[in-house]
Amino acid sequence: MIPTFINIGERTNVTGSAKFRKLIEAQDYEAAIDVARAQVENGAQIIDVNMDEGMLDSEAAMTRFLNLIASEPDIARVPVMIDSSKWSVIEAGLKCVQGKAIVNSISLKEGEAPFLSQAKKIMRYGAAAVVMAFNEQGQAATAEEKFSFCKRSYDLLVGEIGFPPEDIIFDPNIFAVATGIDEHNDYAVAFIDAVRRIKGELPHARVSGGLSNISFSFRGNNAVREAMHSAFLYRAIPAGLDMAIVNAGQLAIYEDIPGELLERVEDVLLNRRDDATDRLLEIADKYRGDGAVAKQKNLVWRDGDVAARIEYALINGINEFIVADTEEARLSVERPLHVIEGPLMDGMNTVGELFGAGKMFLPQVVKSARVMKQAVAHLTPFMDAEKQAAGDQSRSAGKILMATVKGDVHDIGKNIVGVVLQCNNFEIIDLGVMVPAAQILEQARAQGADMIGLSGLITPSLDEMCMVAAEMQRGGMDLPLLIGGATTSKIHTAVKIAPNYDGPIAYVTDASKAVGVAGRLLSQDSGETFARELRGEYDGLRVSHAASRREANFANLAQARANKATIEWSGYAPPKPSFLGVRTLEGYNLEELAGAIDWTPFFRSWDLAGRYPNILTDNKVGEAATSVFKDAQVMLEKIIAEKWLRPKAVFGFWPANTVDDDDIQLYADEGRTETLSVIHTLRQQMMRTNTRANYALADFIAPQELGTSDYLGGFVVSAGEGADEAAAEFEAAGNDYDAIMVKALADRLAEAFAERLHQRVRTEFWGYAPDEQLNNDALISESYCGIRPAPGYPACPDHTEKGTLFSLLNVTDRIGVKLTENYAMWPAATVSGFYFAHPQARYFGVGKIERDQVEDYARRKGLDLSEVERWLAPNLNYTPLATTV
Amino acid sequence: MTKQGPQNTERSARLTEALASRILVLDGAMGTMIQSFNLGEADFRGERFADWPQDLKGNNDLLSLVRPDIIGDIHRQFLAAGADVIGTNSFNATQTSQADYGMADFADEINLAAARIARQAADAQTQKTPERPRFVAGAIGPTNKTTSLSPDVNDPGMRAITFDQLRDDYRQAARQLIEGGADLLLIETIFDTLNAKAAIYAVSECFDDIGYELPVMISGTITDLAGRTLSGQTVAAFWNSVRHARPISVGLNCSFGGRHLQPHVAELARIADTAVSCYPNAGLPNEFGEYDEAPLDTAAVLGELATDGMVNIVGGCCGTTPDHIRALAERVKGVTPRILPEIKPALRLSGLEPFELAS
Repeated sequence: MIPTFINIGERTNVTGSAKFRKLIEAQDYEAAIDVARAQVENGAQIIDVNMDEGMLDSEAAMTRFLNLIASEPDIARVPVMIDSSKWSVIEAGLKCVQGKAIVNSISLKEGEAPFLSQAKKIMRYGAAAVVMAFNEQGQAATAEEKFSFCKRSYDLLVGEIGFPPEDIIFDPNIFAVATGIDEHNDYAVAFIDAVRRIKGELPHARVSGGLSNISFSFRGNNAVREAMHSAFLYRAIPAGLDMAIVNAGQLAIYEDIPGELLERVEDVLLNRRDDATDRLLEIADKYRGDGAVAKQKNLVWRDGDVAARIEYALINGINEFIVADTEEARLSVERPLHVIEGPLMDGMNTVGELFGAGKMFLPQVVKSARVMKQAVAHLTPFMDAEKQAAGDQSRSAGKILMATVKGDVHDIGKNIVGVVLQCNNFEIIDLGVMVPAAQILEQARAQGADMIGLSGLITPSLDEMCMVAAEMQRGGMDLPLLIGGATTSKIHTAVKIAPNYDGPIAYVTDASKAVGVAGRLLSQDSGETFARELRGEYDGLRVSHAASRREANFANLAQARANKATIEWSGYAPPKPSFLGVRTLEGYNLEELAGAIDWTPFFRSWDLAGRYPNILTDNKVGEAATSVFKDAQVMLEKIIAEKWLRPKAVFGFWPANTVDDDDIQLYADEGRTETLSVIHTLRQQMMRTNTRANYALADFIAPQELGTSDYLGGFVVSAGEGADEAAAEFEAAGNDYDAIMVKALADRLAEAFAERLHQRVRTEFWGYAPDEQLNNDALISESYCGIRPAPGYPACPDHTEKGTLFSLLNVTDRIGVKLTENYAMWPAATVSGFYFAHPQARYFGVGKIERDQVEDYARRKGLDLSEVERWLAPNLNYTPLATTV
Repeated sequence: MTKQGPQNTERSARLTEALASRILVLDGAMGTMIQSFNLGEADFRGERFADWPQDLKGNNDLLSLVRPDIIGDIHRQFLAAGADVIGTNSFNATQTSQADYGMADFADEINLAAARIARQAADAQTQKTPERPRFVAGAIGPTNKTTSLSPDVNDPGMRAITFDQLRDDYRQAARQLIEGGADLLLIETIFDTLNAKAAIYAVSECFDDIGYELPVMISGTITDLAGRTLSGQTVAAFWNSVRHARPISVGLNCSFGGRHLQPHVAELARIADTAVSCYPNAGLPNEFGEYDEAPLDTAAVLGELATDGMVNIVGGCCGTTPDHIRALAERVKGVTPRILPEIKPALRLSGLEPFELAS
């Protein structure tokens, strides 16, 4: 929107706001920033910053404050007006703003030379400027003076130095009227006349003014002051006033000014009668009082009819009144079902449309669903009673059975999809997590599902999905199958899952896609056509994939080992950890972890794309992101205060050396004779044409034959105990939003815990980097020494190594975290990994590997080739001989 | 300030003519081309810096001193491929960036050498085709510091460098690049607009120092698909913040590949009353950190922008090779350049977002 008149707030002006002055004097910048934020939240389009106070180091205060608000995206989105009567303060401010600001102000007060020199610098800094109607003798008072001073300034600026006229904003001085001095009576008229001439005769220039001056005589009588301000603007804006520095709380609504008061105020402003001041004084006391209209919560929407109220509550996610409104609606219709089919579905349809059109975002939709569920929960007993009397006539878009597959515990994404589908009138049967194929089939039959949706996050789940598809085929099913989850992909669905099942199969990227796909698959008219189209698309993908399957340039295992990471071991003495063996940390401080959270992935779990903190002010998703972020903060406080979660960690260090290139042997003690366990690592096999190595994690541990005493660490941290219980409570209360929220936060806390523990390992427990000083951003960007790769992730893609780690650390006994048969960790908000300390240790992706390595690896692990191939399926650069399904 | 300088200004007049008549082609990436030479620590040190106390591998700018042959060779390859304008090998040649290698004192020498090498290569090519002169853009990079962002989350008011330090540094760099023969200056890969504003200030001071002006190109980089710079500005806010430089062009470079830059370039094309440039990376880096967009794909994406009348200058950034530039030059040959829109004067400001006061 391009505004036509700008109110410039004066809350962050030490001369305009006593509160702000006190905060700055007390160096309470945090509270001072809140003042700026509140101003922008209340609609300020530009914020005026003024630090002109005798006792302040104004340059330093201006720099500090502008630098601080630059880090607050919700404030920094608007331009700044750098306001000072001292040029040095203005210049200090100009050096802090990346945007194009307004300088307030310069003038001819000191003569032409300094005026033009300052204006030139403003051009170089790239700012607009307020120019006061001053000359060497003083301020302009009459309309003629005001205009002529401004015209002289304009001609100098535009004519002499090429200042862009559109970047000039004149301030022709608003002076107080009704002072009792006759010469002052015409000041308002003079200003308005000057505005009109400036706008008419000085092309592109703008006009501003400091509004509160006009009513200075009525200090203490806000009602009269507010009336004067509004009446003045009412006249000045049509004359061409573009902006004013205004205390927005000190403005009456022109139409609301009582007739008598308005008439006398206008007599004063327009200098219509000689006795205007006296007459205003006569009645002024009558209106004394703060004159402010009590602010009340905006509840205008409550005035609508019940259907409109329900729709509003659904769209805005307000559950405060929903039960009462639902009840009112129920009493007004024949059957409770009509409330669902009527206002509730209408409202949810609107939500669905807005979501589909990208005008609402996931967190908002989940909130809408929460309101919907509460309404339905209220109606359910009435409907049950009715059902007992007659037959069931519920009508849903379709019944979808959803499950996170066996061996996997991750369900945030699945729950979101479920909620969104429910919003769109699908009935959801959620079997939860770790659901075996047999149970999925059995329940689908028993409950008469129309479709099955599978979800999973870890890579072994991909195979499990193939298994479910094959079982569905074997069981003679023809229900459509939806595939989703973080590691799933269209190509995997096409190549691996689709061949197992003749029924319709569809991969869905996220919740917003799920509705359309499910709807089309279940459509009476076009469902079959759509399924055929999908089948055709996947067949095509499979064919082209087969053609491009083998990546040509691969090194054999011997070549890859010969090109291992070059580490100069001779000059390196591996630091010894402060202890050897295993330790447990229980009841870790949640507050400490909350401060270390990396927020960017949190938004991703809500399908909101963008980097924190910029995402909060993003044009498209900013509003939704801010809202979900605020809710997260509230819940995080509760999690901490009420100790919902009980973070625990187990970690340890062992003497270690690499043997036979790729295996890391761990020893019981420094004697290094008794082998405790072996960590098997995988090596990159892409052909290198440059100087890069073919990495394996084993490269970062000293080889046994050198006799160097090296060490390896391992850890499991969990924030999750307590999260599932809390989520279950929310779910039981129909509050999916908070159920998802608590899980997402538990995930973040587990990650933060992993990051924090790693930091303590580096500086304290292993202690190889005791002097490390890193802030949170540096931690998130991993700019520290050493790595903590996790089994199941790119550097170490074999999930089964988690089994070795768990037995080394005796994890389940010590902190209760368990491994599923597919090596997912339970509770889900758990992170594990190995610690490598060598300065050259780095993260990498193993990528595709060849059969020679897989055979070698199977031999080293003592497993069947086919089993290893199953675990490493995503990494194989060949098609295994025996398919596992 | 209209005093004429030496040959630089004559050549920049020819540049303005060329810009009006056709789409100009910039060169491709210097950094990734240098990588392809697989240089080791010893190559970067040469004889001159054999005993330098710090590692020098990766200091690409230093190669202008120790391996001018390589830099000249890369320039010649791009010129032969059809580049009208080549950028000097000086992306990190500020004192601020060279301080990482302990080489702040060599910044002047590096900039001067970088400009001379490019000048020589461009002149040699111009001699072959006098009807189509080739130009040298003095490249001024963003440095590795930010003036708008704090490096310390616990102290968001802190800054690792001040506007004044950066401005003085840029002023020196600009002076040397012009001295070495640059026809124009290119303030590029801007991720923090305040850094760019320091560069703009510095360049105008430098023009005061030498008594004449050269054209300035400005190119920002966006870090997310929503189209924001690292420091958080939208493309329109960015333009409002740098328009006072009165650049001969404004555009976007680096970032992700051209495909994702298209909507943001279109936005600039709509609002900027100057030429618009776009020189993206060769797609997004793959899982190995390599850029693998094929030359014809890069050419196709930028060609679409050209055909749609969105750009006046095209080229390549990270990962683009002479083959990319050749395909690109071929693709935009004969395509009518974007016609500059007439933008009504208005009070336009910006924070992270643009602000315009209606007239």
